[in-house]
Amino acid sequence: MSITITMPALSPTMTEGTLLKWLVEVGDKVEPGDILGEIETDKATIELEAADQGTVGRLLVAEGTEGIAVNTPIAILLEEGEDEVPEEEIPAAPSPQPSPAEGRGGQTPAVSEQLSAEKPKELEKAAPQIPPDVKTKLMTVREALRDAMAEEMRRDQRVFLMGEEVAEYQGAYKVSQGLLDEFGSARVIDTPITEYGFAGLGVGAAFAGLKPIVEFMTFNFAMQAVDHIINSAAKTRYMSGGQIECSVVFRGPNGAASRVAAQHSQNYASWYAHIPGLKVIAPYDAADAKGLLKAAIRDPNPVVFLENELLYGEKSEVPDLEDYVLPIGKARIMREGGDVTLIAYSIAVKVALEAAEALAGEGIEAEVINLRTLRPLDMETIKASVVKTNRAVVVEEGWPQCSVGSEVSARLMEEAFDDLDAPVERVSNADVPMPYAANLEKLALISTEDVIRAAKKVCYRS
Amino acid sequence: MATRPQHRGRPKPARKGAAPELYKASKAQLIKFYREMLTIRRFEEKAGQMYGQGEIGGFCHLYIGQEAVVVGVQDCLLEGDSIITGYRDHGHMLAAGIDAGAVMAELTGRASGISSGKGGSMHMFSTENGFYGGHGIVAAQVPIGTGIAFAHRYRRQDNICVTYFGDGAANQGQVFEAFNMARLWDLPVLYVVENNRYAMGTSVLRSTGSRELWKRGDSFKIPGKQVDGMNVLAVRAAAGAAIDQVRSGKGPYLLEMQTYRFRGHSMSDPALYRSKEEVQHMKAEHDPIGQVKKLLLDNKMASEDDLKEIGREVKAEITRAAEFAIASPEPEAGELFTDVLAGAGS
Repeated sequence: MSITITMPALSPTMTEGTLLKWLVEVGDKVEPGDILGEIETDKATIELEAADQGTVGRLLVAEGTEGIAVNTPIAILLEEGEDEVPEEEIPAAPSPQPSPAEGRGGQTPAVSEQLSAEKPKELEKAAPQIPPDVKTKLMTVREALRDAMAEEMRRDQRVFLMGEEVAEYQGAYKVSQGLLDEFGSARVIDTPITEYGFAGLGVGAAFAGLKPIVEFMTFNFAMQAVDHIINSAAKTRYMSGGQIECSVVFRGPNGAASRVAAQHSQNYASWYAHIPGLKVIAPYDAADAKGLLKAAIRDPNPVVFLENELLYGEKSEVPDLEDYVLPIGKARIMREGGDVTLIAYSIAVKVALEAAEALAGEGIEAEVINLRTLRPLDMETIKASVVKTNRAVVVEEGWPQCSVGSEVSARLMEEAFDDLDAPVERVSNADVPMPYAANLEKLALISTEDVIRAAKKVCYRS
Repeated sequence: MATRPQHRGRPKPARKGAAPELYKASKAQLIKFYREMLTIRRFEEKAGQMYGQGEIGGFCHLYIGQEAVVVGVQDCLLEGDSIITGYRDHGHMLAAGIDAGAVMAELTGRASGISSGKGGSMHMFSTENGFYGGHGIVAAQVPIGTGIAFAHRYRRQDNICVTYFGDGAANQGQVFEAFNMARLWDLPVLYVVENNRYAMGTSVLRSTGSRELWKRGDSFKIPGKQVDGMNVLAVRAAAGAAIDQVRSGKGPYLLEMQTYRFRGHSMSDPALYRSKEEVQHMKAEHDPIGQVKKLLLDNKMASEDDLKEIGREVKAEITRAAEFAIASPEPEAGELFTDVLAGAGS
C-alpha cells in the first residue's frame, strides 16, 4: 500500500501554500527526516520532511505550483516491495485555490470566494474619496502594510520600525519583509522579547521627537507593555500641558487567529478605545491598511493600530496613488442598503458582508459600515445610516461586555433614540476564554448566521 | 538555606576603596553647588509648608537630604543633554535651571505651572531644559530615558540622557529590560540610582536580595560604581568620569548614589520605619549642604556673612516663587479638554 504525502499545514492560519521545489526525484529512497522539498507559506519557507521510509513513486504537483490547499496530495511514496503506484491509488490532480487565505479556518470558503470576486465592484461604488477613474492595484493586507511603512520611512527620516523579528527574520508574519534591506539596521530594529521595555523605549524616542513604529508580534503580548501605552504614551501630552509630543504607532495583529486558544486570541479594541489621548484604528481590507497606516504614522499622537492575522493574506484593490492617505476617524460604507445597518470593524466586516449578501437573498437590504477608526468613533456616519434604516446591529469579534458594540449601542440610544424602530442588537463572541477545540472555537466566534438572526430580529422578521 | 544576615541599626556610609574620590572644585564652583543645593532645600521646605496649609494637594514627595545628587550630576551636563526621573522630581527641575515659580505654580495647580496645572508634583516636564519628567509610575522612566538616549544616538548627537531612579524602582523588571537594550545597542545613557534606603516604608534591607545596587548592571556588562551621594564632590567626580565614558560612545554606565531623605516618603508619611536617631545621625554627619558649608568656611572660601547673604537671596527667590504660585489663577475651565490630542484642540 503506497503512502500519500499531502500539503501540510505549517502554521495555525495556513490554508494553502506554494511548492517551491522538490529535492527528490522519482525512484529516490528516503528515510524519515529526509528533506523532500521546500514549501512557502504565508509566513515563511519551510522544508518538507519525510515521515516514512520508502521510495518516491510519484510527484503529483510541479515545482512552483501556487495555492495548493492544505491536505492536497502532493507526492506518493512506495513501500518496500512496491515498484509502481496502482492507478486507483493516484488521487485526482489538485486544483489551485481561487483566492489565498480566504475562509476562517476553512469554515466559510464558499461565501468567501463569492465575496472576493465582488470586492472590486463594491470598492468603486462605496469609496467616495476615491475618484472612479483612479487605477487600483490588487494586493494583500500584508503587502499594503509593508508598503505603507516603506513609503513613510522614505519620506521621513524620523520614522523607524522596532519589534521582535521585524528585521532579519523579515517579520513573524512577513509584514516587514524587505524593510531591513532597504532601510538598514539603524531603522529596522530587532528587539529582545521584552515588550514592556521596548514599548517604553519607543515612547522615550517619541518624546525626543522621533516617530517609532512599535510592532507587537501580537497584541496579546502588548499587555506586558500596556502601562507605557496608556500611562506614558497616552497621558503625557496632557500631563505636560501640551509640551510633550508622542508620535508613535503601536501595531500588530489583534483578535483571534486560528486554534491558538485563550492567551493568543483576544480582541483588545475596547481596552484601547477607552483611553483618551490615544487614537485607535482597526483596518479591514488592504486599502484601509495602506491608507490608515500611513495616516497613523504621520499623526502626531500615539496610535494603536489593530491588525488581524487572518486578514493578512486577503487581497483587495488599493488605489494606485503616489500618496494614498485616509482620514483617521472616518468610517466607510462598504455596501449600501435601506433596511438595517450592520456596524463592524476588522474581520467582523467580512462576516457582516457575508450576512448582508445572504440577507439580500431574503429581501432585506443591509447597509454595512466598516468603522475603520474606533477612537474617535465616526458617529455621524453611523447615525446618518440609522436615520435611513432605523435599525442597527453591531458586529464585533470580541467579548460582549464593555465592548465597542456596547459603546455604539449606548451612543445610538443617547443620540438617535427617536430614529430607532428596534433596540440595537450586538453580535459578539461567546463570553468565555477562547477554547482550543475546533468545534468549540467555532461556537465561540461570531458567525454569519448570528448576524443574519440579529438583523432579522431588529427587522421583526423571522 | 543560609540565613541572610540582618544588618540593623545605624547604616554605614558609602565604603569601597579607602577614601572616596573627590572632585577638586574651585571656590566659585563650590559656592555654586552650595547655592543650588540650598535653593532646592528651601524650595522643598516651602513646598512642605504650603502642603500643610492646603495650598498644594495630592502627593508631594520632597527631595530634602538628596540635593547633592542632582547638583553634582547636573554640573557635568552639556547643552542638549537630557534628564528624566521619577516622581520625586522638584530638585531635578531646579537643578536643570527651570524657574522655581513655574514649578511651585504647578504644585499649587495653577495655569502658570510648568504643566499648565494639569500634571502636578509628579508629572512635570520642560523640553526646553531637556527635562523629560516627572514620571509617576515607579521605573517607567527607565525605558523611556533609554529611548531618549536612543534618539540621541539615532540623530548622531553627542548628547546623553541621565536616567534617575530610586532603590525601589531598581527592582522593577522593566529596568533590566532597558539595561539589556542599552548595552545591546551601546546607548548613551547614564543610569543614576538614588538609593535613599527606603522604598516608601520598606528598607532596602527588606526588599532587595542583592543590596549592591551598583552591580545591577553586571549581567549586562554595564559598569557600575557606588558613590557617597551625600557629598557633592564625590558625586561630581564619579558623574564626570562616568559621563565622559558614556559620551565617548562606550554605552551605558550605572552609578549608585548612597543618599538619604530627611523627610518621609511623602507628606503623609510618619516615617515610623526608621529611628529618630538614624535620621538625626544622617542630618548631623552627612548633610550635603552642611558638608559644603564646612568646606567653604574651613578653607576660608566664604565667610559666615557671605553664606548668610546667599541664604537671604535664596529665600527671596523661593518667597517670590511661592507668592507667584499662590497669586496665579487656576486654569480656565475650557482647559479641561485641551492638550488631549495634538492637532484637534481636544
